[in-house]
Amino acid sequence: MRKTAYPYVIWLGIFIVIPLLLILYFAFTTGDSQNLSAFKFSLDNFKRFFTPIYLKVLGRSVNLALISTILCLILGYPAAYIIAKEKVRKRNVMILMFVIPMWMNFLLRTYAWLTLLGRNGLINTIITKIGFQPLDLIYNDKAVLLGMVYNFLPFMVLPIYSVLVKIDKNLIEAAEDLGANKTTVFSKVIFPLSIPGIMTGITMVFIPAVSTFIISSLLGGNKYNLIGNLIEQQFRWTGDWHFGSSMSIILMIFILITMALTSKFDKDKEGGGGGLW
Amino acid sequence: MVNKGIKRLYTFLIFLFLYAPIIVLIVFSFNNSKSRGVWAGFTLKWYIELFQDANILKALYYTILIAVLSAIISTIIGTFAAIGISNMPGISKKIVLNLNYLPVLNPDIVTAVSLMVLFRFLKLDFGFTTMLLSHITFCVPYVILSVLPKLKQMNKHLAEAAMDLGATPFYALRKVVIPEIRPGIITGALIAFTLSVDDFVISFFNTGKGVSNLSIEIFSMTRRGINPVINALSTLMFVGLMIMLLIIYKRTEKNEIEKGEVR
Repeated sequence: MRKTAYPYVIWLGIFIVIPLLLILYFAFTTGDSQNLSAFKFSLDNFKRFFTPIYLKVLGRSVNLALISTILCLILGYPAAYIIAKEKVRKRNVMILMFVIPMWMNFLLRTYAWLTLLGRNGLINTIITKIGFQPLDLIYNDKAVLLGMVYNFLPFMVLPIYSVLVKIDKNLIEAAEDLGANKTTVFSKVIFPLSIPGIMTGITMVFIPAVSTFIISSLLGGNKYNLIGNLIEQQFRWTGDWHFGSSMSIILMIFILITMALTSKFDKDKEGGGGGLW
Repeated sequence: MVNKGIKRLYTFLIFLFLYAPIIVLIVFSFNNSKSRGVWAGFTLKWYIELFQDANILKALYYTILIAVLSAIISTIIGTFAAIGISNMPGISKKIVLNLNYLPVLNPDIVTAVSLMVLFRFLKLDFGFTTMLLSHITFCVPYVILSVLPKLKQMNKHLAEAAMDLGATPFYALRKVVIPEIRPGIITGALIAFTLSVDDFVISFFNTGKGVSNLSIEIFSMTRRGINPVINALSTLMFVGLMIMLLIIYKRTEKNEIEKGEVR
């Protein structure tokens, strides 16, 4: 029954492989977007990117994505741990509560933060009522970070949780029988066993965080740029697909590096696919 | 005891963080004022306006139509692909699975712009077709990834046994393989549907000609100010989903009890 995969293999070729090859082709050429045959090979797009203005944007994107990944881990690990220790019925409900918000349109949920954080928003209203000066909570780095943590926290909690609940209880009991106290059990047994979940969580948070352009344009204000915003501008407005493609390639390289780093720790990945990544 | 209190407080704060914006949305869908942050009394007028707003209703229509179509098509393609892949020899299986991972791991925006370049290159008109094609493309890999584990769990010789007993391959597929992997197929279809409903980035780059979904509509609204009508719509969708969830929960609970009695 091998043949049943052939239609999808053709689909893969047309809609996944060829588009990426086109991006690669655009990245290494210059010319008028309308006339494919007139393209010339060139490294100009990459040269243009490796100038201080654009490198700064890349640096800020990577930096924000890293901080938000770390924050998600710090906030998410204890949450996953607490939930995993609950009784089956209760923990199923609690995990479901992490998934439910994702069913509401994420643009709308992110936008709702404006109501909370804005100059006349709820938080500032409360602060001024108590008698303090209103704070600048919106259109800055912190607001973008908050948006990232808010949107991607479930992606950190879910994989860590699913690893934690699978840990063999006998291992923990054995460690306790052998005289380990709670801290030792955690640091020598539970934590090492949960590393695969952490690694999945890190990739699942870092990838969307480093490439987002919506969170930054909603909560960061119009002038706020991340690499995602630059790519969006090139394809939607400026029309320089060559430059946009080269930035997409650079973004992909960053993702590949992340995957390589995290998969080193994640040795018992379930067999089958994904070996390359 | 103190420890338990800290745990309770911590989970409460995390859930408060997750649900605060949603509560705000729901509360402000009953607010008698267009401006955010000011409470001007209770009203249902946004709910009434919702059913008169042609743009939003059209976007809702396209969102659901595309989600249903792409869920059905990608589930069919994905299920057959998964069955085929699981029977492939080692090396080609590895290649196909790795290519299948590309849209899952690639940032949305890269998948989106690469499809946009392809469609421009093929000289397709941007609109319904391009949006549907792009949605199917990013949904199929998830269907495959949820069906494959079920195929792995299944006894390999079942289909062979059926065919030895005279079943045609198609009959064996229909009567033996598909029922065995049904949970995986259903999960895959649900994932595909949710991904499609919630998608913004890929739709944003691959639509045109007055075809838009709710996400695109909301994004353009954030530029000129959100119409509270959209809050009303999301409240309705949220409540709808919760009701659906409750029904499923009650039904599985009932099933479990019935099964327990049989045993």
